[in-house]
Amino acid sequence: MASTYNIATKQAEPEQLGGTPAVAVEHLQKSFGAQKVLQGISVSVSRGETLAVLGRSGTGKSVLLRLIIGLSSPDSGHVRIHGQDIGGLALDRMGEIRKKMGFLFQHAALYDSLTIGENVAFPLEHHRRELAKSERTGRVKELLAEVGMESGFEKMPSDISGGMQKRVGLARALALEPEILLLDEPTAGLDPISSGEIDELILKLQRERQMASIVVTHDLHSAKTIADRLAILDQGNVVIEGTFEALQESPLGFVKEFLRQS
Amino acid sequence: MRDLGSSPTAGTNGPIPVRRSVQFASVVSNPWALVDGLFEWFGSLGIFSWHVLKAAVTGPFEWRELIRQLDEVGSQSLPLVALAGAAIGVVISLEARYSLSRFGAKSLFPTTVVYSVIQVMGPIITGLVVCGRVGAGIGAELASMKVTEQIDAIEASAINPYRLLAATRILACILMLPLLTLAADACGLLAGWFAQTLVEPLSLHHFIKSGFNGATFNAFLPQTFKTAVYGLIIGLVACFQGMRTRGGAAGVGRAATNSVVLGSLLLILADVVLVNFILVFFH
Repeated sequence: MASTYNIATKQAEPEQLGGTPAVAVEHLQKSFGAQKVLQGISVSVSRGETLAVLGRSGTGKSVLLRLIIGLSSPDSGHVRIHGQDIGGLALDRMGEIRKKMGFLFQHAALYDSLTIGENVAFPLEHHRRELAKSERTGRVKELLAEVGMESGFEKMPSDISGGMQKRVGLARALALEPEILLLDEPTAGLDPISSGEIDELILKLQRERQMASIVVTHDLHSAKTIADRLAILDQGNVVIEGTFEALQESPLGFVKEFLRQS
Repeated sequence: MRDLGSSPTAGTNGPIPVRRSVQFASVVSNPWALVDGLFEWFGSLGIFSWHVLKAAVTGPFEWRELIRQLDEVGSQSLPLVALAGAAIGVVISLEARYSLSRFGAKSLFPTTVVYSVIQVMGPIITGLVVCGRVGAGIGAELASMKVTEQIDAIEASAINPYRLLAATRILACILMLPLLTLAADACGLLAGWFAQTLVEPLSLHHFIKSGFNGATFNAFLPQTFKTAVYGLIIGLVACFQGMRTRGGAAGVGRAATNSVVLGSLLLILADVVLVNFILVFFH
């Protein structure tokens, strides 16, 4: 049976029909100095669904993800995770919510003084202290095998390619079995073959784990492959949101131009 | 926030970089901005300190990271601190012998060396050496983690970065500084005795007995344990500078430099306050 995580009771509860979205962003505004990056964005994602957020560079796509995971605070608006408004939460309280979220950074953000295995084990060491070392190692190897990096256990992040680092970053993001997955440009900087492999990996993981996923990307082909819905940002607003077919039928000039150039 | 103490481009030949000339012009045209910057810096440091304190007193504590930092701050700094202490001991020994001989007070040589090393030079030299080594290291490490989003990744993994990164390093500095000071003092006294013995034989036993003659714990312990405050300053400033870095590689360099410069300055100023405190309450 599908389930959602109740922040108040810290328990998984059966998901009801028409239930609360896993992630809901309401009228978010964010500025950096005089530059307004987000001007009232509202989107939502439910369990088992993948939303791709596209747009030109500098339209606030990555900022949106940082606001959802709480690494930045919005100027106004709300971010709700399983119905819980995360605005103003203390760091440790926010940590309880983040345990159910996984984040893949654009450049993977691996800990460069730790091996690949230690990187993936890092969340488990801090949040699954009841696991014996052998269990933890076994779990890490399973995660690395899932992303095709089983041979990299003892390697350092500097010893592997950018695509491999993304895979390891993904394994680390999945370590605590999150219900919500946030991916910041998962295929940025990768060759077409590696991009395709990452897309297939994300699709496979989504089929198996049924997470609520938000993928920020400028790669339309990748978005078409992995997303159920696409949202295009422009000048801090969501210009259009829907399936790829709906986007193709949009009469909006910007959308046509965006799809044409991608 | 205004970035105080921007790293100078030492050794650069050619025109002053535009950024420095613009900063100088802005300070001259609006000196109150410098005062604003000072208040902002101390205010931000206060908020940072509060976050670290809250994180440090709530569990679960990062014991493994603390042990790692105790080794990094303590064991790894020991050779350098011992060498610095020995060098200071030799300098004090040579100067003291020369000065005391002029005034016919050679008998005071052991006491002069012991008190100079333990009460004055040992603590401050240890503090400055550790600030240079550990302060720069912590500042650069955390700054590098900040600009590569590793600190964000720690926070996104539901781990409190103040607890994992800052509290452990600051506590390690607080615990290790007095121990390193004792090591510097010991090396200073031994080296000072050895320097004297090369010129005029003096038994180590006589040196130690004369030097500590009539001394009480109050004469030496407060001066040694005041270095815990040095450790607090070194750790706090370095962690603060590192974890708020912006600006890529240049930002990392600034963080490392500022950690040492500001840490050293605050350490020396704190010494003035602590010396007066000790004189009032322990003598």
